[in-house]
Order: sequence, then structure tokens, then C-alpha cells
Amino acid sequence: MRRLLSTSFAIILMAGAAFAAPSAGGKVNLIVQPEPPSLMIGITTNAPALAVGGNIYESLLRYDEKLQPMPSLAKSWDISPDGLTYTFKLQDNVKFHDGKPMTSADVLFTVNDFLMKTQPRHRNTMARVESVSAPDDKTVIFKLKQPFEPFIRSFAFGSQPIVPKHVYEGTDYTTNPANEKPIGTGPFKFVEWKKGSYIKLEKNKDYYLDGKPYLDELIYQIIPDGASRAVAFETGKIDILPGGSVENFDIPRLTALPNTCTTEKGWEYFAPLSWLWLNNRTAPMDNPKFRQAIMYAMDREFAKDVLWNGYGKVATSPFSSKLPFYSEQEPQYAFDPAKAKALLKEIGYDGKPLKLLPLPYGETWQRWAEAVKQNLGDVGIPVEIESTDVAGWNQRTANWDYDIAFTFLYQNGDPAIGVERNYKTTQISKGSPWNNVEGYSNADVDKMFDDAAVAYPAAERQKIYDKLQAKIMEDVPVAWLLELGFPTIYNCKFKDIVTTANGLAESMRDAYIEK
Amino acid sequence: MARFIAGRLLKAIVILICITILNFFLIHAAPGDPAAVMAGEAGETDAVFLQQLRERFGLDQPLYMQLFIYLKSVVQLDLGYSYRQQFPVLDLIADRLPATLLLSLSAFVISLGLGILAGAVASARQGRWSDTLISMVALIFYATPLFWLALMAVLLFSVQLGWLPGFGYETVGAGYTGIARALDILSHLVLPALTLGLFFMAVYVRMTRASMLEVNTMDFVKTAKAKGLRPGVIQRRHVLRNALLPVVTLAGLQAGQLVGGAVLIETVFAWPGIGRLMFEALSQRDYNLLLGVFVISAAMVLLFNLITDVLYRVVDPRIRVTS
Repeated sequence: MRRLLSTSFAIILMAGAAFAAPSAGGKVNLIVQPEPPSLMIGITTNAPALAVGGNIYESLLRYDEKLQPMPSLAKSWDISPDGLTYTFKLQDNVKFHDGKPMTSADVLFTVNDFLMKTQPRHRNTMARVESVSAPDDKTVIFKLKQPFEPFIRSFAFGSQPIVPKHVYEGTDYTTNPANEKPIGTGPFKFVEWKKGSYIKLEKNKDYYLDGKPYLDELIYQIIPDGASRAVAFETGKIDILPGGSVENFDIPRLTALPNTCTTEKGWEYFAPLSWLWLNNRTAPMDNPKFRQAIMYAMDREFAKDVLWNGYGKVATSPFSSKLPFYSEQEPQYAFDPAKAKALLKEIGYDGKPLKLLPLPYGETWQRWAEAVKQNLGDVGIPVEIESTDVAGWNQRTANWDYDIAFTFLYQNGDPAIGVERNYKTTQISKGSPWNNVEGYSNADVDKMFDDAAVAYPAAERQKIYDKLQAKIMEDVPVAWLLELGFPTIYNCKFKDIVTTANGLAESMRDAYIEK
Repeated sequence: MARFIAGRLLKAIVILICITILNFFLIHAAPGDPAAVMAGEAGETDAVFLQQLRERFGLDQPLYMQLFIYLKSVVQLDLGYSYRQQFPVLDLIADRLPATLLLSLSAFVISLGLGILAGAVASARQGRWSDTLISMVALIFYATPLFWLALMAVLLFSVQLGWLPGFGYETVGAGYTGIARALDILSHLVLPALTLGLFFMAVYVRMTRASMLEVNTMDFVKTAKAKGLRPGVIQRRHVLRNALLPVVTLAGLQAGQLVGGAVLIETVFAWPGIGRLMFEALSQRDYNLLLGVFVISAAMVLLFNLITDVLYRVVDPRIRVTS
């Protein structure tokens, strides 16, 4: 009887929680790691800047976990049947944090002037745009030169934050004093940044959505040591540890704490995919069979289960499975050392030692390099690990000075935006660690990428991408490792902390504390 | 004396310029540059973007020109602009200086005070259990890595006992003012200052003890005993004073590290100090900022060397300071 009572009590409680309106008030302490150089995300687009700046600036659209568009500064949108005209209707009563209204003029200024000067990715996107116009204060129309289906996914806050025209017009954007005290339209306003200690944001009382945001204050603490960040969460000084802010080996200890929740959601837009760059220009990596042997030699399930605590997923395509147009194609590479050895024998590999460059992002990556070294050693490929710091890693990968190098890249919502840059011939260019660093070049693949980008509608793109994924899987230009999972660890009293594919950075407007 | 100080100052300035030039080349010898690091962090880049950054930072100029421009501004007491933080280097350093000085001066006072006291006690009770205990504890602190001690201190006092905050400079958003704020900062200061002070404290203990034991055997101590002075007075006025010379030398060394010497402790305790600023500048190849911290640290070392030399004379008038 007592058990029955407590069960029904629990059910009532749960029902109550499900239907209770979110309550306003309270503050949240988060981690931002490392300390961002600036919060002006129209200029600085690295992950920590976006993590904080996503609360200050907004873009036309947000995206759900399937990467479907949701309203943000645009309340509705329409795509013409030929896929050439995108019409956005803006929200009413949107104001910048300095009180001035946000209109279509600000959108025009942002996409035509500001971001053209500051952001490489925006320049690429705009190369497909014929014109942008604003027939009235609340309407913006993009006309494309030819259909480009991924266009609808390029309005995220990280790619196209709307900046105030009245503040920036006619100034040097990079030295404008407003960069120190960012002015956006977002649910939270910038209050204070004590360098080396914390960044404080407060509720935007004039936010255009009634009742939102619920939280009064966001405090981003800057704690440079991973172990200290874990302790800060343990002692309750930190409420939310965003994905990637503690070392993986601390995660089981933290998730076992009472009243602690985790979620892997909120990374669907970035969909980080890790792989080994294999320098296709030099022997033996110039031989596809050697590269296949590397794939067979690696125990990626082990890496996932042991090094990443079971978070993430073994990669089965050059596209992350979270990306539109992902499909699993043959061949697949299960852990099979015997097959790896057979391939190496077939090509007559002479046992030349290879140099492996780990990613200098902490202990997990160092251990992963050791695991790969052991896997490859087991099939007869001697590997030497060469450690360096972040600047050294950038320099060496960007200048092709490596045999094998760890990396992971964001896929940014569409294969035409986040994937093709790593495989197309035109993307081979020294000086950047984020393009076709491996030096893979295949005319068929280039053509398929080009065709798929402009094919319309989506079903046509899918057909090409299916063939493309099979072809790349066969050639193994790089050795794919894992779709990385970065669990967010948080105090369970916080609700709705991840409501979009971009995670914490733009979900705090929906988050609340359960009373 | 004035001539001595003037001469030393002049030398110090020449040395400082040499150090700056040396540092400049050392930093530029490291792989990568700030533009590549910033582009790398953005997760995407193109040639235009890199070129823009390099032009903005003046990295498109030949190296000797960059050095010349830098030296010229340093001589005018301008340490330039941080590439990454878009802020004058002097302001960034000045912003962190109070926290750093608070931490390192507290650690300095704690280590020097406790170190000399415990060392004196140990030497006075040579061979007894209290001497053994002090020497052993000092040896342990001397041999243990700082960051490990720091983490253990956090685990014990912050996680297990909950007595003291484990990180930060003050409670964020608590809105304390006046005495409440001072107490809040003090509670945050205890753990980092103690752990930072422990290593040098151990050194002072060992140094003071050994040096006092040596002085104890000297003739003038026997004379003092023979004329019937009380043991406490002998220890204080005759032994300790004569034994302090090596301690002063070491204290001068420690004082030179007041500005940039607490990288590990500042990192573990998230203390917003200059050591961390320097470490981050290094990994981001923020040349101007890094050089700026180096210049200030080098100036501090030179300054405290000078002060130490003057102090020698005060502690032991037999030493003639000459230039």
C-alpha cells in the first residue's frame, strides 16, 4: 500500500512537473573554456566566443535537432518553388540592447557589409547570392543565382549574427569600441567581463518574446584547469558544465553525483567528426590500400567505450550521421587486424615508420594517440608520436608537415558547407588546417560535390550524395574515427537548457529553474 | 651609495634591453603565429582572412622591422597592443597586477615569516623531536610538486570539509562591499597563498636552520655566552642576524618572481593573475602580450636584485657596496 501510494505520488509529481509553467528568476553559473578573445561573434567565431555570444546576438533562424529551421529574428519565411527566392518576415518589436529598433536595414547591413569584411564562410555563402533587398522594414528577400538547397541552413547565429547598423556603419569594424561591450538583440545583455575570472550577462527585460528569458543572470566562470573545473561542479559552484569542459576520465565520477543530469544533445549543427589526416602526397599513404589497412587496424569501438566513456558513435561515412544526406554505404571498416595485415602484405609495405601528430587538446587526445599507435603497431606499422602545442599543430597541419595527424571538424549543418571543404581539389591550399589538408584529389568526387551542392530539391541531392559517400569510403582519403559526443553535465533543477541544434549557446532563453 | 645605485640602474637598463631582444627572437622562433592560431580557432579560414589578420598585427613586416618598432615603443614605455584581446598590453597587465601582487606578496610574507621562525626554532632545538618534525615537514613541502599540493588542498579543504572556496578571486555576483568583500577575498586567498608559499617556506626553514647552526659554533657566540647574555637574546641579536645573509639572497630571488612566478597556482585556483595571462599568451602566440609580461618580470628581477644588494649592507654593515 505504501509503495502504491509513493508510486502514485511520484506520478502526480511528474505530471505536475510536466505541466507547470516555467518559473522566472534565478541565476546560472556555467563554464566557458578557454576564455574567449572577444564576444563580438560577427568578428570572432571560435567556440568559446559563440558559447557566450549566442545569448547576446541572434540570427534570422534557429534549428531543431533535425536541423529543421525554427523562427528566431525571422518569424516566418518562404522559399519560392524554383528554390531561388527566400523571403523572411521579421519579428515585431525587436530592439537592440541600446534601445534602438532592429529592422531589415540592420539585416542588409549585416549580410552586405559587415560580415563580408569579417567572415570567410559568409563570403562563400554570398558568392551564391544574386541580391539581397528589403521592400519594407520587416521583410528581407534573398535572390540566389542558382538553387542552393543548403542556403536555408546558413542563417544560424554562428554564421550570421545580426549586428546593429547604427553602431557600426562607417566605422572600422574590428576596432569599434562596441566590440568591448557587445550590442545585440538577444535574450541576455552584456554586463561585465572581469578578464581571467568571469563574464556576466543579465536578462534583457525588453526581449520580444513575452516572459522570456526566465533566468535573471548568466555567469560564465573562467577556470583554466580541468581538474579544478570538475571540483567546481562537485562543490556546487558551477551548475552547468558544457560539453568538453572537463577531461573524459572525470565524467563518470561527475555523472554519478546526486541530482546530476547529462545530455548529448545540442551538437547536431556542429556535428563534430574526428579523423586522422593521412598525408596522401607521400608514400605509403598515397596508396588507397594502405589507407584502408589503417581503417581495418583501428579498434574504434575501444576508443569510444574506454577513452570517450561510450559517448559518441563510430564514424560510418565522411558525413556525420547527424548531418542531412548522411547514408551508410559500403565498404565499412570493422576492426579486423588480419585484413589490415593482408592488405599491407599485398602492397609490399616495407615497415617505414610514420609520424603521428596528436591533437594538443588535453589528456584524452594524448591517450587516443597512444591507442592508435598500439593498433597500428599490432599490424606492423611502426608509429612515432610527436607532441606539439596548439600553435605548432596548426602550423604543421596547415603546411602539410606530417604523416598522420589527429583532427576533428565541425560539419556546420550541410555537406556542401562543412564536408566538401575537406575533399575537393579546389580546397587544397597551404595555410589553413581546415581545408583539404590530406591532399586528396579525384575529378569524379569534385564533380559530384559540385552537382550535389546545387541540385534541387533535396531528393536530387540525396541521390548524388549516396554515390559520393560510397566512393569516398572506398578511397579513404582520411581515416575516420568517431562522431564525437560531448556530454553536457548539469544540475537537474535546470530545465530546457538545450532546445536547439546549437545547444547551450542559444538555448538559455528557454532555460528555467524548476521550483 | 647614490652612485652605486645609479650605476646599477644603468646596467639594469642595458640588461633589460638585451633580454627584450633575446625574448623577441625566442618567441618568434616558436612555430606558428598569432594569426594562424586565431584562424585555427575559428575553425575555418581563407587566405584573405589570414592576410587581414597579419596586416592588422603588423606581422607582414620583416622581422627586423617588427623588432625595431617594438623596441621603439618599449623605450617610450608603451608595450603595444595584444593581438588577441584587442587591448593595450599595459592595461591588461595593470588589470591583473593587484590580484597577482596580493597573492605573491601574501605567499612571500607567509613563507619568509614562517620559514625563518620555524628554522630558528629547529636550530635552537637541534636534535630534539620538534627539530626532526620541522625538518621533515619542510623536506616534504620542498619535494612535493606545487600543483599536486594545490589539488590536494582543494580536495580536502574545499570538497571534503567545505571550509574554503576552491577557486576564483571573490564570490561572483554576491555584491559584497567593504569589509565583507575583503573577508570574501581573504577566504579565496588562503589556499593559493599557502600552497604557493610552502615551497619557499621549506627552503627558508632549511636555510635558516643550517645557517644558524653554523653561526652557533663561532667564537663571538661563545663570548656572548661567557659574558652571561640570556640564550634568547644571543639567538635573536647575534646568531639570527648573522645567519640571515643567505636567507636575504634567497628572498631576493623569490621577490623577483613576484609578478610572473605563480603560473601553476594561478591556473589550479583560477586566480586571475599575470602568470596565467603569460601562459595563455604563450599558447596563443600573442607576441606583444607575452613580451610585455617578460619585460615587466625581467624589470622586477633586476629591481629586486638591486634591493637585495642594498639590503646586504643593512643586514651586515661589514659588506661594502661598491659599484
